[in-house]
Amino acid sequence: MNATALTLMIVVQVSVTGITGYFFWRVLKSPPEPDSYTEDKKEEV
Amino acid sequence: MANNESTQQWGSRVGLILAMAGNAVGLGNFLRFPEQAIQNGGGAFIIPYIICFLVMGIPLLWIEWSMGRFGGKFGHHSTPFILDTMDKKRLWKYFGVFGIFTNLAVAAYYCYIESWTLSYVLHSVLGTFNGMNQIQVAHFFDTYVTIGKSTFGIPYEAVVFYIICIIINTSILAKGLEGVEKVAKIGMPLLLMFGAFLAIRGLTLGTSGATAAHPTASAWAGLNFLWTPQPSSLTNPKVWLAAAGQIFFTLSVGMGTVHCYAAYVKSNDDIALNAVSAGFMNEFVEIVLGSLIVIPIAAGYLGLGWLKQHAGFGIAFQTMPYLFSHWGPFLAAVAGVMWFGLLFFAGITSSLAMGTPWMGFMQDEFNWNRKKGAWSFGAVVLLLGLPTVFFYNLGVFNEYDYWAGTVSLVVFALAESILFAWIFGMDKGWKEINEGGDIKVPDIYKFIIKFITPLLLLFVFIGSLFKPLNNNWTTAFHNLFTGNGWALDNSSIIKQIMQSGLKEKIAAATDPSMIHHLHQVLFYTDAARILLTTVFFGICAMVYVAYRKRVREGRA
Repeated sequence: MNATALTLMIVVQVSVTGITGYFFWRVLKSPPEPDSYTEDKKEEV
Repeated sequence: MANNESTQQWGSRVGLILAMAGNAVGLGNFLRFPEQAIQNGGGAFIIPYIICFLVMGIPLLWIEWSMGRFGGKFGHHSTPFILDTMDKKRLWKYFGVFGIFTNLAVAAYYCYIESWTLSYVLHSVLGTFNGMNQIQVAHFFDTYVTIGKSTFGIPYEAVVFYIICIIINTSILAKGLEGVEKVAKIGMPLLLMFGAFLAIRGLTLGTSGATAAHPTASAWAGLNFLWTPQPSSLTNPKVWLAAAGQIFFTLSVGMGTVHCYAAYVKSNDDIALNAVSAGFMNEFVEIVLGSLIVIPIAAGYLGLGWLKQHAGFGIAFQTMPYLFSHWGPFLAAVAGVMWFGLLFFAGITSSLAMGTPWMGFMQDEFNWNRKKGAWSFGAVVLLLGLPTVFFYNLGVFNEYDYWAGTVSLVVFALAESILFAWIFGMDKGWKEINEGGDIKVPDIYKFIIKFITPLLLLFVFIGSLFKPLNNNWTTAFHNLFTGNGWALDNSSIIKQIMQSGLKEKIAAATDPSMIHHLHQVLFYTDAARILLTTVFFGICAMVYVAYRKRVREGRA
């Protein structure tokens, strides 16, 4: 692989992986509103 | 009153996101993306693709999530009446018909591909492909889709697997969102695991696959081609159209499935973060995993030259089992199970999403229960899909894919983006996107959603309608400005309507058996069009009946 292709591949793949991970982590971190999801209700019971 | 079952809820936020990501992640992530990248200059494709994702894909996701949640507040779970709530003009609900029609028609042939993956998983386990050369593996597929011949000892094997696949989908749908969510929670992690295994193999293959027959074969050459940027291609409309088209298919926007899933989200719950999280999850699967499997493995054994010539959907079934056979019988079986298994999970999480708009519509409007909704979906898909199974080689499959799986998506997405930004109103729309948001959507997106996204969609639609000869835009514009007119390509929508390509082939054919075959193709593709049109207007009639029912009940 040439250096430009390798750089572009690494930059794009690392960025996409990082952003995907970041947004998913934000989802896991944000508490859902009460009564929004049935599993949360079951846990409360 | 809407049936109580239509007021069901998602079990968990992670389940919702995995189901939405599963809806988006489909066969196209692994098969269409590499094909488009190869056919559009490799590295030339990646930059427009990413730009289109940011200015068209993400905005469309926000538009569809917020339209769905907005409609859900009024008890609507399918696009006809979701669109109806957004404007006083009664015509919009008929545009919403696309959100049911597309899913029925696409599910009909999509389940067929899904059934191939299911069958190929079994064939991989049984070692059917062991010892076969490339031509024999390709021939195996051709035999498989020629229904009369059996590859498995089961008469009508392709039909049997197709029916099994529809039964699996329908049984899961009958369990409602709980079933869909459970499949997403199992299927998505497995898909990621299988994909990661194959991607690591693709990334580490190097030149070890070179043989006397393919001395220049190199996985690096494939990756090099895919990732070398060519700035000059940024001015080529062909590459932009291909990139924008890929964003459509990969995100499953313009189908009505996102609206339907989002309609079950509570009005005060986040959609801004959910949409972007599910969208990026799809991009991870496509850009990271999708780019590291087919391209490096095929280039690693058969060479870049072969890959450029044969890039297409067929590689998945006609070539990959042969390539896996280089890894020895055991690893070939494992890789086969993983490859076709990941395609199966990618497929089923999408086909389940295609069932929910029909079910939501029948539950909301005709008080059908979930089971009745699910089994009626299975029955319609079976009836609509059997012609694609029996007449696969006579163009019916491609006809469904073109009109329902390509043109309808663009038409519907264009209509909904105009409705959302210009008729419902950007101020209301912006408020809707951000309501309950766990992230603040950057203000620049207000401008992008209002202007850039509809313009880009218009560009895609017009570009497909008037696609120039050989997709060569430079020559087409030159001819236009020098008074030589605009020659259309046979794959443009206008020429497709007229079946020009097929008629030219018939006129040029000299072999009587070929002429007979082409006339058969013409007949069956015309019949497929009549069938699809009948289904579309049939759903329009159902929407009209539902509307009259609402008027009678004082709900309109």
